[in-house]
Amino acid sequence: MSTESIAWPAPQVADRPLVDKLHEWVTTVDHKRLGILYIVYALFFLVIGGIEATVIRIQLIRPHNDFVSPQVFNRMFTMHGTTMIFFVAMPIVFGFANYLVPLMIGARDMAFPRLNAFSFWMTAFGGLLLYFSMVGANGLYGAGNAPDVGWFAYAPLTSLAFSPGHSSDYWTLSLLVSGVGSIGTAINILATIVSMRCKGMTLAKMPLLAWLNLILAVLVILAVSPLTAAQIMLMVDRYLGGHFFDTQAGGSAVLWMHFFWVFGHPEVYILVIPAFAFASEIIPVFSRKAIFGYPVMVAATVCIAFISMSVWAHHMFTVGMSSNANTFFVLSTMIIAVPTGIKIFNWLATMWGGQVDFKTPMLFCVGFLFQFLIAGLTGIMLGAAPFDWQLGNSYFVVAHFHYVIVGGILFTLFGAFYYWFPKMSGKRYNEVLGKWHFWLFVIGFHLTFDFMHIPGILGMPRRIYTYEPGRGWDIWNLIVTAGVVFQAAGVLIFVYNLIWSYLRGEDAGNDPWDAWTLEWSTSSPPPAYNFATLPAVRSRRPLWDLKHPDDPDWKYE
Amino acid sequence: MTVPQTVPQNTWAIPARGPVAMLSLIAAESAIFTIFVVAYIFYIGKSQTGPQPRDVLEIPIFYTVCLLSSSLTIHLAVKGLRKGSSRGFGMWWGATILLGAIFLFGTFSEWNRLIYRDGLTISTNLFGTTYYSLVGLHAFHVVVGLLLLTTVMVFTFLGSVGTRHAERLDVLSLYWHFVDTVWVVVFTVVYVIGR
Repeated sequence: MSTESIAWPAPQVADRPLVDKLHEWVTTVDHKRLGILYIVYALFFLVIGGIEATVIRIQLIRPHNDFVSPQVFNRMFTMHGTTMIFFVAMPIVFGFANYLVPLMIGARDMAFPRLNAFSFWMTAFGGLLLYFSMVGANGLYGAGNAPDVGWFAYAPLTSLAFSPGHSSDYWTLSLLVSGVGSIGTAINILATIVSMRCKGMTLAKMPLLAWLNLILAVLVILAVSPLTAAQIMLMVDRYLGGHFFDTQAGGSAVLWMHFFWVFGHPEVYILVIPAFAFASEIIPVFSRKAIFGYPVMVAATVCIAFISMSVWAHHMFTVGMSSNANTFFVLSTMIIAVPTGIKIFNWLATMWGGQVDFKTPMLFCVGFLFQFLIAGLTGIMLGAAPFDWQLGNSYFVVAHFHYVIVGGILFTLFGAFYYWFPKMSGKRYNEVLGKWHFWLFVIGFHLTFDFMHIPGILGMPRRIYTYEPGRGWDIWNLIVTAGVVFQAAGVLIFVYNLIWSYLRGEDAGNDPWDAWTLEWSTSSPPPAYNFATLPAVRSRRPLWDLKHPDDPDWKYE
Repeated sequence: MTVPQTVPQNTWAIPARGPVAMLSLIAAESAIFTIFVVAYIFYIGKSQTGPQPRDVLEIPIFYTVCLLSSSLTIHLAVKGLRKGSSRGFGMWWGATILLGAIFLFGTFSEWNRLIYRDGLTISTNLFGTTYYSLVGLHAFHVVVGLLLLTTVMVFTFLGSVGTRHAERLDVLSLYWHFVDTVWVVVFTVVYVIGR
């Protein structure tokens, strides 16, 4: 490295006023800065959504609790769900895609940098719009402020008769606006991966993260658009007196359910495919082996994306569909477990016989493997229609999807934070604090979400603001709420670790993990232009080839 | 550490980003239209009050022919530009705008008739709600297309459109072909099946 020999005149950088620096961040079109903006924005909303969840859990800690009123409780679970899905999970996913994809495919930026900035600010504006409802939605006296119709906003709850004032308008507008941002980013990611790859990087030589983000982009394009269409219909109903979901005029409330879940189920895969992508990058590096079954991993993900388009009505078994429809959606739901199982076996096979190094990112990925498996098993239980008739809309469902989203997706996201933190900041994080974070979070996660299944089986419905004592739910709700303390402590350590390491951490160097993909070949943090000379690759692990010229990968691929 | 250029100097061909992005946008738009078409088909015959489609809708054959032929004229325009004939380009491009405008006028006059003669608005019944949203969504895309086409026309008059822009105009043509194709679906659903 020759960085010592180049002495930049430091004062030029240091003397710029804060306003200039902020202005740079607001007007930036650089994919790395936009990626970090996405991630920081999402972390901000993660804290807000976490506080809402805490309010929900405090209210339910014992029977007949009156920490918040029923009205506020409804707003809390609506805002918690909407925030976590649309303003935490999606922006984090897009943030990592933005930051990593161009670096990993050897490009200098996304295909459309200005579209990238536009999409981010649309998403950001959508989140602000949702929370502006807190002050702006009091249309009629006593009409309430924040949306309170649940995150899937079933008709006819959203009709003017049942949702006066503007709370539902803020909900639908914010999702419409952020949906436009999501589609814009997805188009950008897709065009980047198809058209910006460096020399030699054929589709079969892309890192798995790039492949999975390509599939993610296709899913966003095909799944978020129906949601956008449904929001337009809802606005036609609310503003122009339309009858799409107006049962009084022959409209159908069930049609909204179909339209919402046509988006809603692929959305789960939109969130979990990036989790797969992180695991597929982290597990090989910390097992010191190439990923097992690369082509099968790609094929399985394509299968998952394809099948995920045809499983949506398993959210609607309790609505009362025809037996043919029930059978179809049970079978498609069962089938999707097959490619998912293939992926889990491939990750295990990658670890098998490897020199597994349990650094924090790897710990989170191993946690993901176990927890995602259990989440998949309860998914198969709920995917069987008769079982779902019994437990649909109960806390068992809440426990199941939190197991997927927290135990699966959030765990790999934490892993990804630790894994790429040295690249993004140029500093090493504190390994001891990282392990504390992991173990506290594992304990808290299992206290909360393992025991949440039980009141569900005992008949506790979701979305109730309180319950009668003596039904056998009390102790379980107490344990569930106790887990929140551990999770919150873990997250606090995480945030402290990130900030402390960013300010005081030791320099990470270009390649702290001895990894194999292109982002580790440039400096940490990467310069604005990413690569001084655009790289050219011959295998899936270009840095392996470089470090082992005697035994390069391209001889065997 | 940089990765050296180890690839032999063969041709590295990769799709251009413009068409890729436009095709992705078309996929997203198709998904949006699909939802509206599904709603339209689902609600056929479910209106509880009149007017019904059979009573008020007339098949807009002339306007449909106009819109569909504009796909041909835009193709001829870009073909002319490739050959270096900027006069031919301007003529065919102008014809495309004219045909699109005629179609838009057709939608306008149909809506005018439906609203003021037949008393059908978006809030009258399910037919009104689904009809105005589906046809309106398409008309919105025609308006956007016309704005883009007109922008190119203005630059043509200023003399700054040349052969080097053919690839970009191909991307714009893709959008315009999509608008035409959607009309085939809307026409079939609204005026053939739904009537």
